[in-house]
Amino acid sequence: MERFDDMDNNCAIQLKNITKSFGSVKANQHVSFDIRKHEVLAILGENGSGKTTVMNMLAGIYYPDEGEIFVNGKQVTIKDPKDAFDLGIGMIHQHYKLIDVFTALENIVLGLEPEEKNDMAAARKKVNDICERYGFEIDLDMKVYDMTVSQKQTLEIIKVLYRGADILILDEPTAVLTPQEITKLFAILKNMRRDGKAIVIITHKLNEVMEISDRVTILRKGEYIGTVNTSETNENELTEMMVGEKIVLDIARDFVEEKHKRLEVKHLTVINKDGKRVVDDVTFDLFSGEVLGIAGISGSGQKELLEAIMGLQKPEEGSSVVYYSTAHGVHELVGLSTREIISHGLHLAFVPEDRLGMGLVGNMGMTDNVMLKRYRKGKGPFLHRSQPQQMAVKIRDELEVDTPSLDYPVRRLSGGNVQKVLVGREINNKPTVLMTAYAVRGLDINTSYAIYNLLNEQKKRGVAVVYVGEDLDVLMALSDRILVLCNGRVNGILDGRTAVKEEVGLLMTHLKEGN
Amino acid sequence: MTGQSLLAWISAAITFGTVIMFGCIGETLNEKAGGLNLGTPGVMMLGGIASLAGAFFYENVVTAPNPLICVIISLLCCLLACSLAGLLYGFFTITLRANQNVTGLTLTMIGTGIANFFGGSLVKLSGGVGQINVAATSRAFKVGIPVLSTKLGIVSKLLFDYGWLTYVVLAMAFRMQYFFNKTRTGLNLRAVGENPATADAAGINVTKYKYAACTIGSAIAGIGGLYYVMDYVKGTWSNDSGIEALGWLAVALVIFTSWKPANATWGAYLFGFCYWVYLYIPGSISNVLMKLFKVQRSTYMQNLYKMIPYLVTIVVLILVSSRKKRENQAPASLGISYFREDR
Amino acid sequence: MANKEPLIRIRKKDDRPLYQKILIKIVFVVLALLIAALFINSVTKLNPLDVYASMFRGAFSTKRRIWITIRDTCLLLSIAVGLTPAFRMKFWNTGAEGQILIGGLVSAAMMIYFGGKMPNAVLLVVMLVLSMVAGALWGFLPAFFKAKFNTNETLFTLMMNYVGIQVIEFFVDVWDKKQSHSVGVINSETRAGWFPSVFGQQYLINVLIVVIVTAAVFIYLNYSKHGYEVTVTGESESTARYSGINVPKVIIRTMLLSGALCGLAGFTEVAGISHTISTQTSGGRGFTAIIVAWLAKLNPFIMVIYSFLIVFLNKGAVQIASDFNLNEYASDTITGILLFCILASEFFTSYQIVFRHKEEQ
Repeated sequence: MERFDDMDNNCAIQLKNITKSFGSVKANQHVSFDIRKHEVLAILGENGSGKTTVMNMLAGIYYPDEGEIFVNGKQVTIKDPKDAFDLGIGMIHQHYKLIDVFTALENIVLGLEPEEKNDMAAARKKVNDICERYGFEIDLDMKVYDMTVSQKQTLEIIKVLYRGADILILDEPTAVLTPQEITKLFAILKNMRRDGKAIVIITHKLNEVMEISDRVTILRKGEYIGTVNTSETNENELTEMMVGEKIVLDIARDFVEEKHKRLEVKHLTVINKDGKRVVDDVTFDLFSGEVLGIAGISGSGQKELLEAIMGLQKPEEGSSVVYYSTAHGVHELVGLSTREIISHGLHLAFVPEDRLGMGLVGNMGMTDNVMLKRYRKGKGPFLHRSQPQQMAVKIRDELEVDTPSLDYPVRRLSGGNVQKVLVGREINNKPTVLMTAYAVRGLDINTSYAIYNLLNEQKKRGVAVVYVGEDLDVLMALSDRILVLCNGRVNGILDGRTAVKEEVGLLMTHLKEGN
Repeated sequence: MTGQSLLAWISAAITFGTVIMFGCIGETLNEKAGGLNLGTPGVMMLGGIASLAGAFFYENVVTAPNPLICVIISLLCCLLACSLAGLLYGFFTITLRANQNVTGLTLTMIGTGIANFFGGSLVKLSGGVGQINVAATSRAFKVGIPVLSTKLGIVSKLLFDYGWLTYVVLAMAFRMQYFFNKTRTGLNLRAVGENPATADAAGINVTKYKYAACTIGSAIAGIGGLYYVMDYVKGTWSNDSGIEALGWLAVALVIFTSWKPANATWGAYLFGFCYWVYLYIPGSISNVLMKLFKVQRSTYMQNLYKMIPYLVTIVVLILVSSRKKRENQAPASLGISYFREDR
Repeated sequence: MANKEPLIRIRKKDDRPLYQKILIKIVFVVLALLIAALFINSVTKLNPLDVYASMFRGAFSTKRRIWITIRDTCLLLSIAVGLTPAFRMKFWNTGAEGQILIGGLVSAAMMIYFGGKMPNAVLLVVMLVLSMVAGALWGFLPAFFKAKFNTNETLFTLMMNYVGIQVIEFFVDVWDKKQSHSVGVINSETRAGWFPSVFGQQYLINVLIVVIVTAAVFIYLNYSKHGYEVTVTGESESTARYSGINVPKVIIRTMLLSGALCGLAGFTEVAGISHTISTQTSGGRGFTAIIVAWLAKLNPFIMVIYSFLIVFLNKGAVQIASDFNLNEYASDTITGILLFCILASEFFTSYQIVFRHKEEQ
């Protein structure tokens, strides 16, 4: 472990003994490390390791329970984001902090200069200077709700630079970007490093750590594990520090010989409330014994596509989704409501993106949540809780869900346990088709691998699995076939075993000719 | 309809509109910062009683009340009482993070209670029902625009013969519109109402803005109560919670204006026309309706006509909700309390 | 150096043990009684102890007063319980006033038009059913538009109150024979449509109705499939749709129920208490009940306690008003003080205040 002397003028920030807890959850315990100028520091850790929490304390979002922070050698108190700006610290949060109904420029000047005269012209000039210096492209009069994720991120970075930040903290900046966009972002980060800025990226992706960072600080379960120079380490060592044990990072992809058609999607089109064609003439087949990965930048119609199949979105005229199953025969799903799909006994399982907002009821316990799709079963007007309770017990035991009791609100469980309850319930029903959206988002490595294994197991049992994901590396390792969505259209279906990452990235952003 | 009665109708609508326009722009300020204050009717009641009490004691102490002092005293009492009520609302919803609906309804209950309690006491002090009258103060508030209010004949009557607060509220409405759209502080305030977490991360003191909005907003709304007492009912008081009923219309008017104070300048008068329409329904229509409802007296029918403003509000609510334009929606965080360390 | 650290910070603490939560509530209720005493003392210069003695007399001094206190507690409770299904669905039904009024109006109409023309028991059943239908109708309109266009239900239901008031005003005029703008006690001779005394108790039926309604709503919400749908819809509409629940149907059905129960409260008020109809029939209880239901977190047992406290303070305030020659609006003020204190106690049960010096330990 390295230690640096307080007078080291290369040191932008030093954290000493930072501790923070939320209720009974200890998010950080005695964390100490430092951030230097002219470098990219990667903070590496699993989900729930407290890496975002510790950075939020630098940004003034949280206040530490204990510990000291030094900026440029001086002890400071950061009690709100304003203090952070004054110290030259700027953070780009994972969930962008932008006002949807404001323009880019309005978002940039937000909260600055309390003078009554609203001098937008001066602000505009200053922003243009910043853009030129680092190579950003942005339309300052565009409303945020019209922007793509990548544009929003650019805006966030400009916003921070406009405030004169010398220390930039980026929380999972690459999570929703395409490979090409990531390359562009890294180029900009390198520009800023050359300019003398200190850059921190919070991440759990090892390949990016290796590519961009100078040093890596590793956190695990809220504790500081160590800091290493990137040039002197490798992915395996980092993983071991991050997880605390040696684990195999390979995702299994078995080949299932016997395949039957399970879904035949034809010309599926969905128009949303704003009149946009979010799913545009989508056609594909889905087979048993395969994992069909769906790639695309976020908001390309993944969510709507799955919801339309489940009867949660109303497809346009001419759309067709035919469901084939050995047990229940052939059904046209378009025109059926979710309730009809459930009551006809069609075994479509769906793990939605928004776990507590759509897949589960946060304030209910496991039993009542297991009942969610089957509460109508049984005679009479009253609920029958005994069977769901047995299922809940089974799910808890088989998937090792850590919960105080079956009535304990699932909202209070950790993210991994929440997802286990949801996935457990969906596969408990012996599905023919299993659709998952961002099934491992926010989960730690072990739980993520547990989920991958569950999906593979289902595939081997002859289930047709749809996997919508954002981590391209995982998606390409797991999927038998990859369907790339771009602006709601199918921009190509590739073989998962032969596809190349750059090609997928291009298909995500550039519609092919004639498509 | 005769010209005379049309003029009377317009003039009644404008006085009415002024009361709810104060309430509406005060509430709009509050809502733009994310606070849905259902206590506004209670705040307006407090504004009414506080201004009345102030004027009453001043007029009782001196023999020849000075109009300017009348205005200052009653206005100060009103602003003080309503700012305090706004602070109370802020303390509960911002600092204690209590539910806004419940806090607001409680505030209306207690505001109405206090106003009627002291109103009853003042009435008793002045010798019985209908005896209370702060004539001097009322006169001071009914002063119109010099020259314009007398020299232009019918135009004067139509446009310029109202108490000066009528013009103040119009100016305030446009000023507030300018404030929201053209100033940095207004931009920051809107950001707080749209997404407090973002505003906070941008270095805006969310708590300060929210407190300022609900305190100043309540003070503005309270002037509506003052205007009601001094101008609308000409310096008298009765324990009928008339202000409260208007207060609810003021809250509804905020939605009608889609959170744009400039729209309140005509919306409020439109509500006024609806409110008074029961007096101006032509006899022929009234007769038909009386036959339809088998009612002997036209005064009975007036009870039903009095529903019109509420029905119109309902229709407006439905219309506003059925056409969803992004720019016309409520501030995104309206009704939700903010805690920075929420996870 | 660290003196810039904030003096007071707030931390979330939602894992307090039950006894602490109860203790906090009790402390704040006592605080409310103290503030109320202070208020009374400041406007009347009376000894607060005398005042509370007087209040206690108002609520409990005679057997009849005790029964009236019970009766009014039940009435407030029944409205709070009636609001519960809607609130469980996170539907802000601020229209209880109107729903009560319209239920009461229909009851009164039946008494006026059919009193003596059918057996009392039949008349009462007809009144009960029709008042519930009327209340349900008043609840249906806002629910329909909420389901269809997501129309703001808080203001819609609020406006429906005023529509209801005008309907009442209209019928009061129509039914009023003496042009005094009052209906007077209906059927005072025949007592047609009045609740009969049971076991010599005039208000036993009122109590029975509330007990039955409370139990039924509790079972409905917690053990029936409908109740499950209501809860899921209230938690998240997306989850409800995901599980195949027909959200518009549930919204409308639940508001029909909530409106009907408030209409039923109107029936109880007219047939079992006042035997007349006026715009004062609801008497602001529709609003008070909203606060009671919400503060009790929709738990019927806590609603009983809060309803009782409010009625007690109310009776007490009326008693002081008559004993010490004040006006009756003091009771709204005192109720408001109590509600604000309970509202404040909510904060202390789920958050914790951390002072600076505590940090340095």
